[in-house]
Amino acid sequence: MIIKLWINDQEITKEIDGDAILLDFLRDHDCYSVKRGCVTSNCGLCTVIIDDKPVLSCSTLVARADKKHIYTLEGLQEEAREFGECLADQGAEQCGFCSPGLVMTVLAMVKELKNPSDNEINEYLSGNLCRCSGYMGQLRGIKDYLQKKGGAGK
Amino acid sequence: MRTINKFVKVKTLAEAYELNQKRSNVVLGGFMWLKMGNQAIQTAIDLSGLGLDQIEENDEGFQIGSMCTLRDLERHEGLDEYFQGAVREAVHHIVGVQFRNGATVGGSVFGRYGFSDVLTCLMALDCQVELYQRGIVPLKEFAQMKHDNDILMRVLIKKDGRKISYQSQRHAKTDFPVIAVAVARKENQFFVSVGARPMKAGVIEKSGWLPASSRSDREIEALADWAKDQFIYGSNMRATSEYREHLAYVYIKRGVKEVLGNDH
Amino acid sequence: MRAVNQAVRKKDAMLLVTGQPVYTQDLAPKDCLIVKILRSPYAHALIKEINTEPATKLPGIECVLTYKDVPDQRFTLAGQTFPEPSPYDRLILDQRVRFVGDAVAIVAGENEQTVDKALKRIKVKYEVLEPLLDFRTARDHKVLIHPEANWKSLCDVGADNTRNLCASNEEKNGDVDEVLGSCEWVIEQTYHTKANQQTTMETFRSYTYRDQAGKLTCVTSTQIPFHVKRILSNALALPESEIRVVKPRIGGGFGAKQTAVTEMYPALVTQKTGKPALLVYSRRESLIASAPRHENEITVRIGADKNGIIRAIDMVTLSNTGAYGEHGPTTVGLSGHKSIPLYGKVEAFRFKYDVVYTNVMSSGAYRGYGATQGTFALESAVNELAEKMKLDPVRIREINMVKEGAVMPAYYGETLNSCALDRCMAKAKEMIGWQEKYPGIELNNGKVRSIGVAMAMQGSSIANVDTAAVFIKVNDQGHYDMKIGATDMGTGCDTILAQIAADCLNCSVEQISVSGVDTDVSPYDSGSYASSTTYLTGTAVVNTCETLVEMIRKKGADQMGCPIEDVEFDGDRVHRVSGNESITLRALANVQDQDADLSATESYCSPVSPPPFAVGMAEVEIDTETGAIDLIDYVAVLDCGTPINKSLVRVQAEGGIAQGIGMALYEDIVYSREGRNLSNSLMQYKIPTRLDVGRIRVDFASSYEPTGPFGAKSIGEVVINTPSPAIANAVYNGVHVHVRELPITAEKIYNGMKQHKNKSN
Repeated sequence: MIIKLWINDQEITKEIDGDAILLDFLRDHDCYSVKRGCVTSNCGLCTVIIDDKPVLSCSTLVARADKKHIYTLEGLQEEAREFGECLADQGAEQCGFCSPGLVMTVLAMVKELKNPSDNEINEYLSGNLCRCSGYMGQLRGIKDYLQKKGGAGK
Repeated sequence: MRTINKFVKVKTLAEAYELNQKRSNVVLGGFMWLKMGNQAIQTAIDLSGLGLDQIEENDEGFQIGSMCTLRDLERHEGLDEYFQGAVREAVHHIVGVQFRNGATVGGSVFGRYGFSDVLTCLMALDCQVELYQRGIVPLKEFAQMKHDNDILMRVLIKKDGRKISYQSQRHAKTDFPVIAVAVARKENQFFVSVGARPMKAGVIEKSGWLPASSRSDREIEALADWAKDQFIYGSNMRATSEYREHLAYVYIKRGVKEVLGNDH
Repeated sequence: MRAVNQAVRKKDAMLLVTGQPVYTQDLAPKDCLIVKILRSPYAHALIKEINTEPATKLPGIECVLTYKDVPDQRFTLAGQTFPEPSPYDRLILDQRVRFVGDAVAIVAGENEQTVDKALKRIKVKYEVLEPLLDFRTARDHKVLIHPEANWKSLCDVGADNTRNLCASNEEKNGDVDEVLGSCEWVIEQTYHTKANQQTTMETFRSYTYRDQAGKLTCVTSTQIPFHVKRILSNALALPESEIRVVKPRIGGGFGAKQTAVTEMYPALVTQKTGKPALLVYSRRESLIASAPRHENEITVRIGADKNGIIRAIDMVTLSNTGAYGEHGPTTVGLSGHKSIPLYGKVEAFRFKYDVVYTNVMSSGAYRGYGATQGTFALESAVNELAEKMKLDPVRIREINMVKEGAVMPAYYGETLNSCALDRCMAKAKEMIGWQEKYPGIELNNGKVRSIGVAMAMQGSSIANVDTAAVFIKVNDQGHYDMKIGATDMGTGCDTILAQIAADCLNCSVEQISVSGVDTDVSPYDSGSYASSTTYLTGTAVVNTCETLVEMIRKKGADQMGCPIEDVEFDGDRVHRVSGNESITLRALANVQDQDADLSATESYCSPVSPPPFAVGMAEVEIDTETGAIDLIDYVAVLDCGTPINKSLVRVQAEGGIAQGIGMALYEDIVYSREGRNLSNSLMQYKIPTRLDVGRIRVDFASSYEPTGPFGAKSIGEVVINTPSPAIANAVYNGVHVHVRELPITAEKIYNGMKQHKNKSN
């Protein structure tokens, strides 16, 4: 089937298989920030943003992304740097393999939640696994970022 | 590995129903579970163009389109308010926000999964499903039906003044439940549903329990003890049947107390 | 010190947070053959027939390889210095399969779909054998896991394949039975720790190709590039000189990648076909055919006098290495060597162990490496002793803990040069409010809140074995290129080592450029494991800088025509002490003469392995009706010597503790009765989410290690050791239940409470 979609505002029209998975499609289109950490929708590494919502690209058929705008970290470099610096100042990116998924979900969160509490932050991000950091440094980085953006964490 | 030969975004329910009569064709929900499977799917039927992604609320109740996501359910203010947060409580432990942005109500209910929080919660409410061919069927009945080739359109929940409590216990916070218990009360009628036993949720209902004159702890305990005996329990890697049975008792007891509220 | 002891941002941080393509799979050429493995459905079987033809015939399939296609010389995948203590017990593919998931065939083809199809077309006839699944019965069992004649053990570790023994030994000091016999108080208990997955977010993966020089090049997510080179040489029967290994950024290690899990498969494909080949393990493969923590059963006897002074410790460890012996003989040693020495007044100890083969997935190296298992057992036993004696568990540790200056017979006779364990304990007590909170309180909602304690140690590198070399060169801009063979796996060693170099060379961290590892160009390093990098490679950095500074001074003095004694190097320029003359480093770097090259290389191998220390305290809330447990607060105070990078050391600690919490509460590899691994996805093998770890609070009580760079010891491993025993202790203090088998689930706590009830009725 032929689909048309936008990856980071770039229009793509392409013939695809019915079972093509968005994650693979994105990597095939040079969006290497999108990672696969599991096949059971548990890790959050493959998170991308569609219609302002964080979505698991490993569980999304490309066919279903037809006519949609998809954003990956490649298309949100400025935002990634801004939040990423807060993470880096805590040393909380560690191996970095979960960072793109986390950054994407945080960017979606700041649009969806106003002044989130620690608990609301942790709930929103519970689908983003990290094995290195123990999460404390990530939370410190996220709160710094919220504070910088003016919507301080309570 | 799962394969899909053809993807069809249907224009009408009739088209979906017709396609779904073939055994090797499958209706897509959120694709979260389906993608992990091993089957060769001839035609994947996508309902997302049919406007079934809305939750409508009126004086009688809620009509939840089968393509609504679990996140829609979780964030719906009307549902949250009317059922005292129980629907949100049933849903928000499920993996994470991204997962719930994908997983659909239709997929959860149609799958009738043993671990389902959603099914456990809905079973304790006055809930029906609207099927394309068969029409409206009580959820309790639907849960026992064999998987067939009908299409789930909507989940309907009546506003009948029920108070409901939802509880679950898990190892890690976003894991499958070890046990899930919903207790609802409509005046002096009680509904108890227990899921993740690890079999799929069942519901029992009984009127005339605990009249206002006899709501001591001891009577509630006796009732919980009786109620937990109405279900069977099994063992898996998360817990033994004995432990699940005990948990069912504890959470039914607590649920009853919660829905009695100030009447206790 | 300008850079050391600061919170310097990691050199690769911005690359990582902006999602740049820097990991193995991102770098693989797009025309790589896709490699996948056909796996055994049986725990123990012999391949009788294997027909690959229907698979080979598929268009797009490059090759299908079986045990008939591999060299018949056994080797180990353990990343250890030669001669490896781990037995040479495997082939790339073997006719005997030893666990559900063991490799049966390798398929390579042009895309994933075709390869998947081919996997289904391989026809295998197995002779199914009786599996040996219970490690308690493995020794001298009639079922032999490795009956083959070419099995061999290179080191004297007590291995015997005819008895299913991967290792066996006994060590002692003094007469433990005699001392125990004269003790007022004796405790004897058995503890059971489970296999756990390191669960790196990036699963195992490697790709191989022939480089411009024809070398078989392996780009791989590894902690041990130099060992991988030798392992591939052994596996492929290819000289090491024809192999090159490159480590890009890697998505987590934790010991998992101290075993060469995937490298040999694509390497064999490239060797046979000459084509580039890529193997990416699925999460499932990473969970069923990898290298998790060794399951241990440990029996502990401890004896104390009437005042609570611990006089004797006897430990017997049974370790399950699974189908192959990777890290089996060495992990088990740490269960005793890195727990018993915590108690400084012990007059006699005995430490005995067996490591056995079984038909489950092979074990490997996981952060803590045996010390974690031993610490759970010994610390739990000490808590049981305290309970029996009605002593506060903090108090019993205060009066028994090892002190600076002590000679430790159970720790290779080393002298403890630096130790702030006492200050760690005092600070942890204060942070959690031990005096006010111990043992716990009943809340009015049917729950109790209680606290528990444990302490732990580890090492810093393997003494007299691990070796690190460093090469630093002044380039013509006056900046430095530093080459290391240690592998940054997200821990930040590239940055930490640059901080050390910066302070030695009196420059900024930015002036030190650090390269990733390429065995063709990097200096030798045994690898990033055994808590070695900061301590060992860090010392090599210091040594290299000293040599380099001497060279800079000499060259400066030569240029100015004065003796070297008359010059100093301030980081920017070499200047005369007796005059105003000076010359910049940049100018020196551009002087062309016969010793134009300003570069130095030095290496280091430590005669000692100074232990870092940890005290952990857990606060939990338990539902007394269900046993459901919530971790509320975790306090850890650490002595890692001088923290080189303040933020990275903190995150190392928080991360290790979170892993320890998962191990304590629910991580468990569960097998079916037939030996099928049920914990085969992140849906079934749960690691903690950010909702599960409560609050983790870390602080430091630093000692100064005289043998370490700027006083540093290690941090990476010690941090994972306290959560299991501290949480078990908190459970006891709340509901008087001893959970002696991990994980500490709600059901186990409930069953314990029920037993109490039944007894008291």
